[in-house]
Amino acid sequence: MATIELQNIAHQYDPQQGSPYALRNLSEIWQDRGAYALLGPSGCGKTTLLNIISGLLRPSEGRVLFDSVDVTELSPEQRNIAQVFQFPVVYDTLSVAENLAFPLRNRGLPKAQIESRVNEVLAMLDLSDRAESIASRLSADDKQKISLGRGLVRTDVKAVLFDEPLTVIDPHLKWHLRTELKKIHRQFQHTMIYVTHDQTEALTFADKVIVMYEGSVVQIGTPPELFQKPQHTFVGRFIGTPGMNIIKVNLRGNSAMLNDQVITLASSYGLTDGPAELGIRPEYIELSADRGLRAAVVAVEDLGRHLLVRTRVDDQIINVIARNGDSIPEVTRLNFESDKLILFRDSRLVEPRTV
Amino acid sequence: MLELQNVSLRVQGQSHIDEVSLQLDRGHLNLLLGPTLSGKTTLMRLMAGLERPGSGDILVDGVSVVGTPVQKRNVAMVYQQFINYPTLTVFENIASPLRVARLNAAEVAARVQQAADVLQLNDLLARFPGELSGGQQQRVALARALVKQADLVLLDEPLANLDYKLREELRSELPALFADQGVTLVYATTEPAEALALGGMTACLHEGRVIEYGPTLELFKNPARLQTARSFSDPPLNVMQLGVRNQTFHELLSNVPIDGLSQIYGTVTDGAYHLAIRPHHMNLQPVSDNSLKFTGTTTVTELTGSESYIHFDYGGNPWVALVHGIVAAESGKEMDFYVDPDNLFLFDVEQTLVPMANTRS
Repeated sequence: MATIELQNIAHQYDPQQGSPYALRNLSEIWQDRGAYALLGPSGCGKTTLLNIISGLLRPSEGRVLFDSVDVTELSPEQRNIAQVFQFPVVYDTLSVAENLAFPLRNRGLPKAQIESRVNEVLAMLDLSDRAESIASRLSADDKQKISLGRGLVRTDVKAVLFDEPLTVIDPHLKWHLRTELKKIHRQFQHTMIYVTHDQTEALTFADKVIVMYEGSVVQIGTPPELFQKPQHTFVGRFIGTPGMNIIKVNLRGNSAMLNDQVITLASSYGLTDGPAELGIRPEYIELSADRGLRAAVVAVEDLGRHLLVRTRVDDQIINVIARNGDSIPEVTRLNFESDKLILFRDSRLVEPRTV
Repeated sequence: MLELQNVSLRVQGQSHIDEVSLQLDRGHLNLLLGPTLSGKTTLMRLMAGLERPGSGDILVDGVSVVGTPVQKRNVAMVYQQFINYPTLTVFENIASPLRVARLNAAEVAARVQQAADVLQLNDLLARFPGELSGGQQQRVALARALVKQADLVLLDEPLANLDYKLREELRSELPALFADQGVTLVYATTEPAEALALGGMTACLHEGRVIEYGPTLELFKNPARLQTARSFSDPPLNVMQLGVRNQTFHELLSNVPIDGLSQIYGTVTDGAYHLAIRPHHMNLQPVSDNSLKFTGTTTVTELTGSESYIHFDYGGNPWVALVHGIVAAESGKEMDFYVDPDNLFLFDVEQTLVPMANTRS
């Protein structure tokens, strides 16, 4: 296992042609034994970054270090990492067990050791009863399990890298495999890096999530940090279903103005008067008869577990999560939990001066 | 209206579709919900005429279409893997069904323009598919289905390959897209959250059979079958096997009695049952005086921003609780979970819901 260090990494796919930066100046240290997720929409640079770490791609600028050793010029094999891709990579003519044994045979491990490790991984992935089946006969889900197994079978790798490994998997199996991955991580303490566009996957898998947007890292944080204190409005919107409400206001001292309505902020931010954005999650707004912003209810969607109420204040839509069975009036007030309210200026979080 | 009457299809001796009967109306969304390999795609191919049923009949507005080839039917289909013509511009991609139908240039331009407006593709009409993001490419495929003004529009997991956030957006736009066209709209998905967000009517599919069909929300709230409750649960439904002997409920394998159930269910026939609980109905504190307690051993905890998934072992069953707040439960710890009796589901050995005593007529 290894600590992974990125020093001033940047990447253009075609520097000669002056192509845009797929990845902009990035310096990070990822701790040994950590579980990290790279999260962002397609085109944000997360796969580019993963490929730079694995050695599939040489960055046009910067260095990659594993345990302080420069590996920038090394191939994936030389870096001693395991990888799992979105689509299954299996040898169709080999049995399930032989597929799993393959990476171990390549390293010349003794036979008994290979067998016991393969059995362990088979059990982990619920594949023991199909150990002798030929891989080509298996369903797509089972093939992807083999891919995962091949990524996890070696215990001596520096890191295991996952590129959207569960995207094409059935939802129920996804839950099972993800919890297995977590158990495996706890047991073997691999450094794991996991690329995904799915916030639930990222938040539930990782100790730390790296949120990326247009080639830059916008925030690195634990799941609760990303949820409660997004450093950028993009993170606020991207995390959560639906995302955080970002409300345009005019700041005057401690008052946030929406036309004639005022929200008095509980903290002082030391900002000059002018445009700003309030952030409040739909989970932290209560529909009230007499407290908060006057709003019109535009739509109510029953999502089964709860109601999603779409409201409008002037020309801004504000989403509210309400309980099943709550009666929703046509005109209401929106009462914000004041300790959950945050402030942005120019899309960046502003910390309060006093609490 | 599209009607399937006892449609079955066997391939190489294996049943793919088993006695499916469905009536799908125009003007609302018809969802096919089920796990991979439950028969969603095959059923759509049968509806489209790409596949011929082994037995049974398929009728459009009362007329059998089984012998009619797909070219002669007015059907549009959008797949999970977006399919566009790489050498044609976005405009020509959208226009392609209209070119085939030999519409004049003015009408083609008008209809492409209209579809591009709806799907926000106006700025991209001169580009090629290779220059677009996945989400944009799928919007092109949807636009092509839209201009065709088909009678039957089949969308097979159209958002599955898109970014999560983009899915959220398109999900809310999709039903409205085809709403004014008076088409029969069928939409396949594996995801309960997607089904609930889309609404409409849902057919729950499992192993090639329709388990239940009805208004989406109604099926979610009041499943009559165990498989329906399973299909609508994400994370997976918590299920345990029960035995009933002389009005005493006990765990089937361990024989440990479960208190409280006989008061709720009253007189039930001796035999084997399934007790099912949704993850979000498991609480860390009692929710009412008569809450039932389940004690398990935690395995893994997953945190999202505001909620925690606590995975635990309950009598050998892998269960999960979805609770509010950040609860970092250590693994291997004994924990109590409480469930309000109103939130229990009991299914008999045939996997059919057993009503609670107070709701029985």
